[in-house]
Amino acid sequence: MSAPTAGPVIETSRAGADLSAGLDALELGPAEPRTPPLKRVLESVLPPLFALGFLLAVWQLVEVTRDPETLPSPTEVWDSLRDSVSDGRVQEAVVTSLERGALGFLASVAIATPLGLLLAQVRFLRRAFQPIISGLMSLPSVAWVPAAILWFSLSEGTIYFVILMGAIPSIVNGTISGIDQVPPLFTRVGHVLGARGLTLARHVLLPAALPGYIGGLKQGWAFSWRSLMAAELIVNSSTFGFGLGQLLDQSRQLFDIPGVLVGILAILVVGLAVDLLLFSPLERAVLKRRGLVGAKG
Amino acid sequence: MASMKSLRGTAPSPAPVAGDGGAAVVLDGVTKRFGRGPIVLDDVSLSVAPGEFVCLLGASGCGKSTLLNLVAGLDRPTRGAVAVPGHRPSLMFQEPALFPWLTSAQNIELALRLRGVGKAERRTEAERLLELVRLEGSGGKRPHELSGGMRQRVALARALAQDSRVLLMDEPFAALDAITRDLLHDELTRIWQELGSTIVFVTHNVREAVRLGQRVVLLSSRPGRVAKEYAIDIKQPRRIESPDVSALSVRITDDLSAEIRKHATLRARAS
Ligand SMILES: Nc1ncnc2c1ncn2[C@@H]1O[C@H](COP(=O)(O)OP(=O)(O)OP(=O)(O)O)[C@@H](O)[C@H]1O
Ligand SMILES: [Mg+2]
Repeated sequence: MSAPTAGPVIETSRAGADLSAGLDALELGPAEPRTPPLKRVLESVLPPLFALGFLLAVWQLVEVTRDPETLPSPTEVWDSLRDSVSDGRVQEAVVTSLERGALGFLASVAIATPLGLLLAQVRFLRRAFQPIISGLMSLPSVAWVPAAILWFSLSEGTIYFVILMGAIPSIVNGTISGIDQVPPLFTRVGHVLGARGLTLARHVLLPAALPGYIGGLKQGWAFSWRSLMAAELIVNSSTFGFGLGQLLDQSRQLFDIPGVLVGILAILVVGLAVDLLLFSPLERAVLKRRGLVGAKG
Repeated sequence: MASMKSLRGTAPSPAPVAGDGGAAVVLDGVTKRFGRGPIVLDDVSLSVAPGEFVCLLGASGCGKSTLLNLVAGLDRPTRGAVAVPGHRPSLMFQEPALFPWLTSAQNIELALRLRGVGKAERRTEAERLLELVRLEGSGGKRPHELSGGMRQRVALARALAQDSRVLLMDEPFAALDAITRDLLHDELTRIWQELGSTIVFVTHNVREAVRLGQRVVLLSSRPGRVAKEYAIDIKQPRRIESPDVSALSVRITDDLSAEIRKHATLRARAS
């Protein structure tokens, strides 16, 4: 029918326009004052620092009152960390593990995303597979290590297999719940606008499911990292790179307790750093764009 | 006569659905029941002429939204037929239902895109529509940054972007304060007069119906039937507090109350 080419003449009654603009201004309120950056940093950094200090104090206290052979003091661990940093062993292990973790995680995403979309859309498949997926999520992925060693022998393939088994179920689950949480109203709006099938998925379902999906990715990364460490602790060979898990196991074999603690700390810090530097900002950006979190987060 | 592009549902008898020369919306003996539940709409027949502004009025829960959903093609009638010759109607929901991941302008552009408007044209067209609802300059804002009234205006612009000759509106202004609502009434009337589209406007507010419509259709409750119709020939632009509007509103409110009271007596008799 008639295309809306030459726009209709807009008969603006000045009074109406002014009233409208006035109401809009009132309803929007003044621009929210931003929290100064320094204050924001202090607010987010101070409490964790406090917790860290508290833990160090407890550690020091326990160390003083107990056998110094089995529990090294914070300073001993610090020295050990300095040593292994200065000879580059920690950095090398971090890079090796991060590479494996990233590759394994990306492969999991590539496999799990289409799988999740399929299960979210096809009810029969979902009924069939979702219990298995949920079961796999509660299975500690270290349980796959013996089987993986038998199938892939002592190779990096074993490590990647364990990562996939750990991360895929949680990403599939995140994708499904992301799609499930799309308000039916959005789908109906899509229908009214004339979107069906793939068009509806592309313009409505997928963007609407994004927050849930990112939550799934975040959890998927946590599972990837854990599985990787479990695998690296057990699977060790000179034929492939030396990761954090292997570093930890080596320290154990050498009865190097400060080294063991350095290994644990490194694993903790790297896992946390990826979450804090990558996934959390991504999640917050998406939620903030949609007005789902306040300015501070 | 207009071609029947979207004929939904099956008529029990070969009823002449499009009998009345070129109506914009035709409901013929429409009955709707959800599963084994009670009958929500019972044998509703209604014909809306092209360019007509019809208000559907009824108590809460009488099936107004159900009826609009049937006309919009979101649902199928249990019996009877719904026809909207020509275009797919556009529907404005009770909530703004804007997509939160898009800005206001992008929300409108998406509707244009799904209609098949080319990329270059989309931007200027979205700007024009924003101007039409007096939101020029707010195109870059996301829905959560807008006030309720502004959101409803974006939703109106998005509905207009579909360029459908038939606009269905489901209590679009119910959640707004009186001043904003009056303002949007003025704008809707202005836009309707400019574009000449057919509007089916659902409300449970009698004055709103009288303020806007050329015809008010009163629906009864449980089951929903057409109880009464009123032609309104008060000259536009009307004011919601004008004596003409008030006088007719009082009459319609009395009829509506009588409809509702029937249920009280029915209920008393049943127990
Ligand atoms: N999908 C559904 N399944 C079952 N029952 C439904 C469904 N949709 C509506 N109903 C029922 O149909 C009746 C009419 O609902 P509808 O939403 O059409 O009322 P309404 O007139 O729009 O009310 P309101 O003014 O409150 O919006 C209600 O009793 C409701 O419970
Ligand atoms: Mg309703």
